Amino acid sequence: MISLYLPQRTWLHAVPAGWKLLALALISLIAAPLDSLPFMAALMVAVLALYVSLGKAALAQIALLRPLWPLFLILLALHGWNGDILLGIVVLARILAMVLLANAVTMTTRMDAMMDAVEPLLGPLAWVGVAPRAVALAVALMIRLIPLLFALWEALNDSWRARTGKRGGWRLLAPFCIQTLRLSHHTAEALAARGGAPRRGRR
Amino acid sequence: MKDRTLVQVALYAAIFAVLGLLPRFDLPFAAGVPITAQSMGAMLAGVMLGAWRGALAMVLLLFVVALGAPLLAGGRGGLGVFFTPSVGFIFGWIAVAFVAGWIMQALRRAPVFPAALIAAVIGGIVVMYAFGIAGMALVGGLTVMDATKACLIFIPGDAIKAVLVALIAQTVARGLPEALLSRNA
Repeated sequence: MISLYLPQRTWLHAVPAGWKLLALALISLIAAPLDSLPFMAALMVAVLALYVSLGKAALAQIALLRPLWPLFLILLALHGWNGDILLGIVVLARILAMVLLANAVTMTTRMDAMMDAVEPLLGPLAWVGVAPRAVALAVALMIRLIPLLFALWEALNDSWRARTGKRGGWRLLAPFCIQTLRLSHHTAEALAARGGAPRRGRR
Repeated sequence: MKDRTLVQVALYAAIFAVLGLLPRFDLPFAAGVPITAQSMGAMLAGVMLGAWRGALAMVLLLFVVALGAPLLAGGRGGLGVFFTPSVGFIFGWIAVAFVAGWIMQALRRAPVFPAALIAAVIGGIVVMYAFGIAGMALVGGLTVMDATKACLIFIPGDAIKAVLVALIAQTVARGLPEALLSRNA
């Protein structure tokens, strides 16, 4: 799995996750309704300066935007078609700046630090009967399940290939679903045997 | 929340992620047009788990993506994806799973294939594009008409996915009937 996190430390790594999230939220709130070209240009320059200050590895991460280019071209074309190419440029600059800024937060914040930063926000979930610690368990379970499911898919694909000589593709999806459901029964039993998921009011 | 519910929610969130990591499928009846399987994950979650559990699975997935995991198709993820013009689709997945699951539960007495097809088409196409087009219009600064034009090219692929989801639901209903949780709630 390609990680978005930058292992080498930069100054932004040292900033607490909560502050980074707050700054991102504030900037996005300011930038969202503003359709001014000078502002977007300034924001764009500031974001690029941020990336330069984070070093080469951060700049390389800008390549993550590559899959978005077709969409950007369509956006520009539609705005150009409507005779307002300037608005198109403003919109594009805003999207680019905000995506890069948000990626900068993700690049410099470990997932567990992010989890710690948002955990206080999960408190109200207790009112609807979901313990915040159950959320943490669900996150951990899901991340653990991904490589397991991947291996399961590969096994199904191998046996399909052994029978037909071709890749299984979408035909594997139904057996995959059945197998994963079996897996989830066992996981749930194992979880229950170990005292079950965290519940409200019980630690 | 029961242990089993928790595991099932985590499972379908993980299935969604795995669908994005798999190599693209070449569908024979789509003239070799490669499609990513990922948005099927939202329809699947709803059709298999029912409204609430399906929606929760998508909420969990988006939460983990926001924490920084690159789980969306093509290794995308992190907070950046929530600022792209496709953000409507991304949040739409929650509604897709909920509506598809709700329809599946409402049509509990109907045969599996047509019920799942209706659920997948209304959830995975009508609801998803309502959210997707709204997001495209807001973030891209487009009129709803233009945003619709920008999204239309994806509809054939999603129609194929809806049929696939219905086929899968039917196969699962035969192979392991209790796995279709939207039916035995």
